[in-house]
Amino acid sequence: MTEPTDRPADALREGDSAPQAPASAGARKIGGLAGWVDDRTGAAKPVGYLMKKVFPDHWSFMLGEIAMYSMIICLITGAFLTFWFVPSMGETVYDGSYVPLRGVLMSEAYSSTVHISFDIKGGLMIRQIHHWAALMFVVAIVVHMFRVFFTGAFRKPREINWVIGSVLALLAIIEGFAGYSLPDDLLSGTGIRAMAGFVQTSPVIGTYLVYGIFGGPFPGEAIIPRLYSAHVLLIPAILVGLFTAHIGLVALQKHTQFPGPGRTNDNVVGYPVMPVYAAKAGGFFFIVFGVLTLMAALVQINPVWAYGPYDPSPVTAGSQPDWYMGFADGALRLLPGFLEITAFGYTLSLNIIPGALLLLPLVYVVIGVYPFVERFVTKDEREHHLLQRPRNAPVRTGIGLAGATAYTVLMFASANDIMAIKLGMSINDLTWFFRIGFFVLPPIVFWVTKRVCLSLQRRDREQVLHGRESGTIIRTPDGRFFERHEAELPQEQWLLVQHEPVAPLEIEPETDEHGVARPAARKDRIRAALSRFYFADAVNPVTPAELAAAQHHGHETEAIDAPRHAGELESAEAAETAGRR
Amino acid sequence: MNEQDTPTPGTEVTPADGHRDPVRLDQGHVVGSGGIPDRFVNPGLPTHVPRMADLDEGAAARAEKQVATLFGISILSTILFVVLYYAIDLNDTVFIPGVGTTSASNAALGVTLAFSLLGIGFGAVHWAKTLMPDQEVVEERHPLHSSEADRHEVVRVLKVDGGASQITRRPLIKYTLGGALGLFAVPLVVQVAGSLGEMPQKSLSLTWWNGGPSGPGQIPEFKPLRLMKDPENLPIKASDVTIGSVFHVMPEGLLPDPETKEGGAEHLLEEKAKAAVLLMRLDPEQIQSQKELDWGYQGIVAYSKICTHVGCPVGLYEQQTHHLLCPCHQSTFDVTRDCKVIFGPAARPLPQLKITVDDEGYLVSAQPFREAVGPSFWERG
Repeated sequence: MTEPTDRPADALREGDSAPQAPASAGARKIGGLAGWVDDRTGAAKPVGYLMKKVFPDHWSFMLGEIAMYSMIICLITGAFLTFWFVPSMGETVYDGSYVPLRGVLMSEAYSSTVHISFDIKGGLMIRQIHHWAALMFVVAIVVHMFRVFFTGAFRKPREINWVIGSVLALLAIIEGFAGYSLPDDLLSGTGIRAMAGFVQTSPVIGTYLVYGIFGGPFPGEAIIPRLYSAHVLLIPAILVGLFTAHIGLVALQKHTQFPGPGRTNDNVVGYPVMPVYAAKAGGFFFIVFGVLTLMAALVQINPVWAYGPYDPSPVTAGSQPDWYMGFADGALRLLPGFLEITAFGYTLSLNIIPGALLLLPLVYVVIGVYPFVERFVTKDEREHHLLQRPRNAPVRTGIGLAGATAYTVLMFASANDIMAIKLGMSINDLTWFFRIGFFVLPPIVFWVTKRVCLSLQRRDREQVLHGRESGTIIRTPDGRFFERHEAELPQEQWLLVQHEPVAPLEIEPETDEHGVARPAARKDRIRAALSRFYFADAVNPVTPAELAAAQHHGHETEAIDAPRHAGELESAEAAETAGRR
Repeated sequence: MNEQDTPTPGTEVTPADGHRDPVRLDQGHVVGSGGIPDRFVNPGLPTHVPRMADLDEGAAARAEKQVATLFGISILSTILFVVLYYAIDLNDTVFIPGVGTTSASNAALGVTLAFSLLGIGFGAVHWAKTLMPDQEVVEERHPLHSSEADRHEVVRVLKVDGGASQITRRPLIKYTLGGALGLFAVPLVVQVAGSLGEMPQKSLSLTWWNGGPSGPGQIPEFKPLRLMKDPENLPIKASDVTIGSVFHVMPEGLLPDPETKEGGAEHLLEEKAKAAVLLMRLDPEQIQSQKELDWGYQGIVAYSKICTHVGCPVGLYEQQTHHLLCPCHQSTFDVTRDCKVIFGPAARPLPQLKITVDDEGYLVSAQPFREAVGPSFWERG
């Protein structure tokens, strides 16, 4: 092998490549192992492809990662817990180191949970990491879902992932409910009692359904082992399967990116997995795990020993489910009793069924269906890989926040007794506030949000047309004062003008030229009406023509505001001559 | 087609982008735009700003030391975890400012494990941010849909090769296949649904107050049962119940002996879940319902403790207002008005248990509940 020296004659000829340094011993061993695997699987190509994958860099893309890592941490800590937890409702008398419970009759499940908390080294830590990770999981799912929704990342080709995500969200909540009910303590057992009560109200099949679930009369001896089976086996299997499809689709379709200089709908700008994202994402897993562990070390969660074992007779005030079930509990508190109908010897509990049985699946169905609603309204068949700034989709942002408001009203309603005690308010008044607020607040929030988005869009337009306020006041020789505006740099300006203009869809005439009614006419009328609702007020981005007109002709040609006095004209002129940087 | 392009209806002669070919004489009327493009053009990637560690070897060495320190903290914490695991007794407590007195083992193991993990995490992220390449890389996207040829191939294989199974020519096979596949899951469903639990029969409408065990298939025969304090399992004399007091009550025979845990119902919790009763004494003048007075004894009244909303025990008695409050969803029952629902989501008042005294002066039930206790159900009537 030739080694290049300083002699011109030894310079590399065209077509030659420089000699590589020989590989180190460690690299050769890894290379050997990799070769062994590749000989048997052909894995080099996909692994190489995956290592070179580019992911865009934005903090909000880490929210889904938090959810993913929390789930993995739940899986790990949950596996540990199964070594000590006994999923049985058989009676036992407690004889462990927690003195207040000594001699008390309780189920094996409760006894084993107290045992984990007090008699296993690190047991309480593992239990608390598990519970905090579960809470973090649902929080991260919600925040991640908001990010995806408000940036329009659910548009084609990602509708499938949105639907998978909605199912994951619903399953996460159910998994959490099953999990915190496993210790069979008084608080979670009361929640199970409420579940039995509202399942029982189902029309026609209610009593059979509740006896089926509980294996007989409530509480029976079957519910904890069955919840255990669901929590440890059935739901995690579905969660892992769906989540793998979820991130597989992200890898296949490539991650979306925020618009910006150099970023188009046809590329991904960011950093490759090897080495940057392997380090960042891998490191982030440890950070999430570490933060959850710190919380488990210092912040108590679910102290079941203080609640006592489940018994259908006692109860404590201030009984709330875990936060993510709050909206369903709140709905149960708000629905008034007069909605129950009794006729012909049958009872239909419309004060319970909408809140307890219908609400939970309905929320997730509405969420899952939204991309298809928008698709129907916009008739948009293009692939979208650039995210939208929420302000550039005012009606969607308004709808999202209105929905979040309704959810939040219900969630706060589940704490109406705590609020009444802590804030010294009337619980009756609070309940009425939430009952009315559930219907009144969302439309208000929708309207305010939409108006704020439109205002922000107008402000963006103004920033492009007038330039940025520089804070520099100029005094002209004849004594006038005005603020100099600096034109936006192309890099900054791009973000304000890159989004595409929108307008309501035009409907084609209802009958064709021969007077035959088009079959899709009715659907198109609905679509056009919805399209007007979405886009009639649209504020569209500045075009180069508008900017040129604003710069050369002053302010008469703009859409935002008419010129108020001659001073503004000067500011545009001064900007043109003095401002560009 | 890319969302950055404006959609072209296709009726104009000129293309939508800003670059116009010169107009030819035979093109007729061509709309011009004065040479200004329709949309702004993407300015392209911003210029790369190098980091300190890219430019200065000293900064890079500092970054390396920082990363190494973080990894080192992780190693030390791991070792400390193992030491403290053996060193700290589970019963020890420690005072941590801001947290209070807490389990020393939990705090120590948790904090050391946390630092062990955080050290790796922050170390890796810091390494990526300071030393790993931060030049932005551009990867091209390709449309996700397959080529027409691939799509046609799939359709062909399904039609031709799939059709080679002769399923389309042989309807007998097609329909019996549909039937068999549609039905085969039925045994699995039947086994699970049918065997999950026993049928309720009448048990939702009966309680231990009917005379004894009230599970599915069991029809107890009524006999008056003493009201027993829960959990002491002692009978209650009428004179023990003072105005304003509330007793949590179970029927005679249901509770086990509080000391020995012997005796009591075979299905203890199931019976408790229906038989729980609240016993209160009111001034008879305050009771507004005649039926309530008749079913009580000198102002002592007994009501089911199981909320008629979704079944939580109605454990909170507001003595001054004579309200019973359920802690789950705040259903409020007015004891002076036969436990009518005055607030909250419950639809029906709490069922009353008719009581009287026996010859020794202890309170006993005069008859079982006249309606099903607890939450509503379809057949409740």
